Amino acid sequence: MQENQTEKKKRKGDVVLIAVILVLAVAAYVGIKFYQGMSTEEPVAVVTVDGAEYGRFPLDVDVTEKIELPDGAYNILVVKDGAADITEASCPDGICVNHRAVSRQSETIVCLPNKVVVEIENGEESGVDSMTN
Amino acid sequence: MKTRKIAYLGLLTALAFVFSYIEFLIPVNIGVPGAKLGLANLVIIVALYTLGERDAFLLSVIRIVLVGFTFANLAMMIYSLAGGCLSYVAMAIAKKTNRLSITGVSVLGGVFHNIGQILVAMVVLETESLIYYLPVLLIAGIASGVAIGVLGAMVTKRLGRISQ
Repeated sequence: MQENQTEKKKRKGDVVLIAVILVLAVAAYVGIKFYQGMSTEEPVAVVTVDGAEYGRFPLDVDVTEKIELPDGAYNILVVKDGAADITEASCPDGICVNHRAVSRQSETIVCLPNKVVVEIENGEESGVDSMTN
Repeated sequence: MKTRKIAYLGLLTALAFVFSYIEFLIPVNIGVPGAKLGLANLVIIVALYTLGERDAFLLSVIRIVLVGFTFANLAMMIYSLAGGCLSYVAMAIAKKTNRLSITGVSVLGGVFHNIGQILVAMVVLETESLIYYLPVLLIAGIASGVAIGVLGAMVTKRLGRISQ
């Protein structure tokens, strides 16, 4: 009888243990999903000037920003229709101005004379050459 | 150490070795790396209940080293060692508390084996994203733990007298 009772108690312990682990597994799953949801943000255009971050511009908010540098040089960044583009700049070559608008993951517009870099973060994968990223 | 015990330990070592080989030959692939049936754990748990903690630990380590050198490579051996040790400690403690039956102890062992492996993999590969496998591996650990535990209880019952 005594033997039977401890056996029963142990069986109960087993069930409790399995239930606890199941709950933990589900909790971990939900937590991870939640965390993923937090970290997969909307795509943003990150502007850096000479290596330092200048600002972040979400691609879903249309905005025109004049990036002014201490020496008077400037680039005008336009975010429109989910893409970032530089439409006007003080630099002599205008390569950044001629560059098409960027919206895909890791795409960049670089203005070497002004040391301005616009890079897309959390963007959609381009699918074309994602292997080379 | 009695001759009988030496022979018994040798037998269990060979059995654990063969079980590992069988698992190596027929990987039960359910799409998650690291999830296994854990047949070898059956031997460890039987040893834990018929021989005691010390011998079971020895058996566990010897098995992993043997299998590591024979069928796997060093990296796999480190994974197994981490999983095996963590799993063993969890089982030994669980058995000591006297609150769980063999099935419960085995479930804990299975779960901690998977946790240990994933922890080492995260350190070695330097990717935290492996933690995403954790929920699946926890559930896989429960499933294999129950299976092994039920089997282990049957085997232990029958072996109990032989090992004395």
